[in-house]
Amino acid sequence: MSDERYSERTLTGEVLNESDLVSLADLCRSCTVETETITTLVAEGILDPTGEDIEHWRFTIGSLRRVKTVIHLQRDLGVNLAGAALALELLDRIAEMER
Amino acid sequence: MDYKDYYKTLGVERKATQDEIKRAYRKLARKYHPDVSKEADAELKFKDLGEAYEVLKDPEKRVAYDQLGSDWNSQQGFRPPPDWGAGFEFHGAPQGAGRQHDFSDFFESLFGQARGSGGPGRGFHMQGEDHHAKILVNLEDSFHGASRSISLQMPDVTPEGHVVSKKRTLKVSIPKGIRQGQQIRLSGQGAKGRGSGKAGDLYLEIEFNAHRYYRVEGADVYLELPVAPWEAALGASVKVPTPSGAIGLKIPAGSKAGKKLRLKGRGIPAKTPGDLYVVLQIVLPPADDEKSREIYRRMQEEIKFDPRATMEVA
Repeated sequence: MSDERYSERTLTGEVLNESDLVSLADLCRSCTVETETITTLVAEGILDPTGEDIEHWRFTIGSLRRVKTVIHLQRDLGVNLAGAALALELLDRIAEMER
Repeated sequence: MDYKDYYKTLGVERKATQDEIKRAYRKLARKYHPDVSKEADAELKFKDLGEAYEVLKDPEKRVAYDQLGSDWNSQQGFRPPPDWGAGFEFHGAPQGAGRQHDFSDFFESLFGQARGSGGPGRGFHMQGEDHHAKILVNLEDSFHGASRSISLQMPDVTPEGHVVSKKRTLKVSIPKGIRQGQQIRLSGQGAKGRGSGKAGDLYLEIEFNAHRYYRVEGADVYLELPVAPWEAALGASVKVPTPSGAIGLKIPAGSKAGKKLRLKGRGIPAKTPGDLYVVLQIVLPPADDEKSREIYRRMQEEIKFDPRATMEVA
């Protein structure tokens, strides 16, 4: 298996659009977090899923990285959720300006 | 193996208080955090900081570390003393379980035993974690398609259960028409699964390198095109670079600065391709010799032109 993974061949992936959506279960699995983590992030306004209720929540592809960044910031820098949210917003703004 | 000076890494003195150590760590961690930092070697620096703090924040580990002394030079190399660890009890695995730490050999030789036996559990199967990274590509890659090599530092678990940092180089095909903000998912290229669980995926977020001429908005490309005043006034045919190659462009007579000329379908390729906008920028010829000054003077005298006519300051 490892030989396959580290081979020199050119890998072709699947292209995902910014507007593509993933379910709550997919998001949790991808980021290895519990459902509660995601609901907290939604409550804090860090994630903004579409859908009426938690059963129908759909998240944009960009949410994957947002979740990870928030978790890293909290764990590594000791900021609370609100602080991580603020940092995330400022990072977004910097990225926007540098474009 | 080299001795690591954890105090130096954190920039504190050996007699620093626990509070000072925490403060120094937090400050540097904010600076070098890979999610925040723009420093070139942030990832590596951050790892070193984490390792230094892991030891110095824990009074027991710190005391043990201090007993090694500080007069190790890199020529003689480092070896833990034979009685190392006697009388100390290091508790538990490093904090922040979940983050797959990969500390130096130096750390491992001193504190490695204290880490949790986090090997693959029996009969426990779980799909590996997905990994995320940004990948910088050139705008031209999106017009022609390309193949890019990327290097990633990824934690990997050896069969003995040790976490090591592995540099992986992947060749990835960049499909024609890729846009900033899109992601390429490479299935099975994330973290290895546990037990018989399959490997996670690797998500690569596309970002364009800044370009000398072009600016990109979604699928549209913008080009600021310098033109001479007479080209804008009289009209002209000029050669213009585009990401898919140079083209001839007609500048209509009487064009104003900032005028946008749309070249339909010459933006990023797709089923409905983006457009290329050429934004005219009128550049004044310098008046740095007598001949050009003479021409400017003649224009001043012979052309009735008040650029501030609408400003009501007459």
